[in-house]
Amino acid sequence: MEQTLILTGAQAAAEAARLSRVQVVAAYPITPQSKIPETLSGYVEQGALKAEFVRVESEHSAMGVCIAASIAGARAFTATASNGLAYMHEQLHWAAGSRLPIVMPVANRGVGAPWTILNDCQDTISQRDTGWMQFYCMNNQEVLDLVIVAFKAAEKLLIPCMVCFDGFLLSHTYMPVAVPGQKEVDVFLPPYVPFHTMDGDNPVNINPVVTSEPIPDPDGVLSPGYIGFRHRLQKSHEGALPVIRQAGREFGQVFGRSYEDPLFGYRAEDADFVFVAMGAIAGEACEAVDALRQEGVKAGVIALRIYRPFPALELYQALRHRRVVGVIEKAISYGYEGALASELKAAFYGKGGPMPLISNYIAGLGGKELPTADLVEAARQSITAAQNGVVPEGAQWIGC
Amino acid sequence: MNAATTQKHPLDGMLRTDRIPHIWCPGCGIGTVFSSSLIAISSMGTDPMKTAVVSGIGCSGRGAGYVNLDSYHTTHGRAIPFATGMKLANPELTVVVFSGDGDLFAIGGNHFIHAARRNMDLTVICVNNLNYGMTGGQAAATTPHLAKTSTTQRGNPEGPFNLPLLAYACGATFIARWTMLHTRDLTQSISEALTHTGFSFIEVLAPCPTGYGRKNKLKNSDLLKVYQEKAIIKNGANPAETILDMEQGITLGKFVEYDRPTYADNYKSVNCD
Repeated sequence: MEQTLILTGAQAAAEAARLSRVQVVAAYPITPQSKIPETLSGYVEQGALKAEFVRVESEHSAMGVCIAASIAGARAFTATASNGLAYMHEQLHWAAGSRLPIVMPVANRGVGAPWTILNDCQDTISQRDTGWMQFYCMNNQEVLDLVIVAFKAAEKLLIPCMVCFDGFLLSHTYMPVAVPGQKEVDVFLPPYVPFHTMDGDNPVNINPVVTSEPIPDPDGVLSPGYIGFRHRLQKSHEGALPVIRQAGREFGQVFGRSYEDPLFGYRAEDADFVFVAMGAIAGEACEAVDALRQEGVKAGVIALRIYRPFPALELYQALRHRRVVGVIEKAISYGYEGALASELKAAFYGKGGPMPLISNYIAGLGGKELPTADLVEAARQSITAAQNGVVPEGAQWIGC
Repeated sequence: MNAATTQKHPLDGMLRTDRIPHIWCPGCGIGTVFSSSLIAISSMGTDPMKTAVVSGIGCSGRGAGYVNLDSYHTTHGRAIPFATGMKLANPELTVVVFSGDGDLFAIGGNHFIHAARRNMDLTVICVNNLNYGMTGGQAAATTPHLAKTSTTQRGNPEGPFNLPLLAYACGATFIARWTMLHTRDLTQSISEALTHTGFSFIEVLAPCPTGYGRKNKLKNSDLLKVYQEKAIIKNGANPAETILDMEQGITLGKFVEYDRPTYADNYKSVNCD
């Protein structure tokens, strides 16, 4: 039976892990995600979750345990943030390269130096190229739902998935969250059937050194070279969006909240100016859109729920007839601009036909407050410039 | 508080007073350990320009931010490698690592064993509050067996490190353990460690009423009483025979001090200048 509880984002992530019947949890404390393993360790001790809880000595070890557990056939789960995620970096590549459907919420937090415990998305954006899928949540309901959807998609695709949600803004903020019943989740997400499991009678050697060229394995089967394995991972990513959409559609059929669309639109249907964003900042953009609409500006928001695999075609289709797009990001690729802005522009390359002018705003790093008025001003700036056929060049920093 | 009525603290000269009040909770033991460290450093009479303090993550890690010396607050677990680089780059420096048990023995544990093995000329002061205090009192590598924490609500299934024994096995050449109640002995040990050439390690037991205390139903004074009543002062004790047991006793004292070549000595013996 579904019941509505008042939960923080961290609690919602923990509830999702419980409902997903994760079998191994390995985690290390780091603000602002520590409540997730705390809650799950309690569930394991009370017997409310039949799982092994491993109190590791670092995030690097946490992912190491999850990799091993997943290879052994268990549904594995961890959570982290910020420098913890950065410390995990090497193991993230191992998890994706080993094709293990681990799911990991990340409570987005800025990365040192200098020290900050507050929110931005540089931690997960910096892990963009590790081969993991990345979902971004706008509210605590999405945190709970997308963790469950992530398991469904990851296990079908054999690609691990990060479920990213803003530290403090979501992780520590209470919101009403509809928590599905266990029976219904069991129907949506049956027990994990691993691609292979450890079998003492038939020992296997996992992840041996491969060469650059395909070579026959001891059984004579031609095994790909390194690039061949990496190509398979990319091909799986290229085919992943329909699988995620299917999982999101099925979730909607069971629970009434569909995640079939990788994009979320707010007052976007007739909008000439569109904010593009991910995570909680998209919610703030909605406030700015309401203010702009009062001024008579046809403004809207299109938010990405899925960032990897990148929904390039969907974004192209959703934005091709707009006049101006403002991409708001809480991370930057130093030396150029926000990664999302670059990728959005690339989505239009070679398509011909109309495309919007695209500006890029960097905001909210390290918990810097982003007032609605500043977003409204950014939109005005881009719209005014666009009257002359241009938008401000390069990343524009708000609040500096 | 009105500046005119603010009383001077004797250690104000050693502190970045603009950063006070500090973040440490009422009843926390870190401040006392921090004071002892500052008294020891100032009493050495060394040039403050040649003393540096390095810390890592966590509550104790904030120490580097409050001391009015060259100081660096490194990332999670990396205080010792940072201090190692600092000492090698400028051997004239007295380098003090002031950090907690979680930082030094979990996420940074690897660095401790190697710095001790090399006999790096560092003074490592570890405030052991038996849990990860800052993140909310989770079980650490020092949490007593069966103790309750926010990730071991029915009791810790694991056992803790015996830190003096670990340090000894790895090759540390000065090892002491005190509690924050034993401030004179602690200050004396820190002074000796600062003048000792080689890897010096001082473990200081300090209460964490907000994290460990609350979970284990220990009032602010309860753990202090244990530290007072169960203390067994045994200078020169074999590190393998030291115990840290809330019922049976807590061995305190200066356990080890001996000389062997430091990393810098050995480095010079095989490398041309």
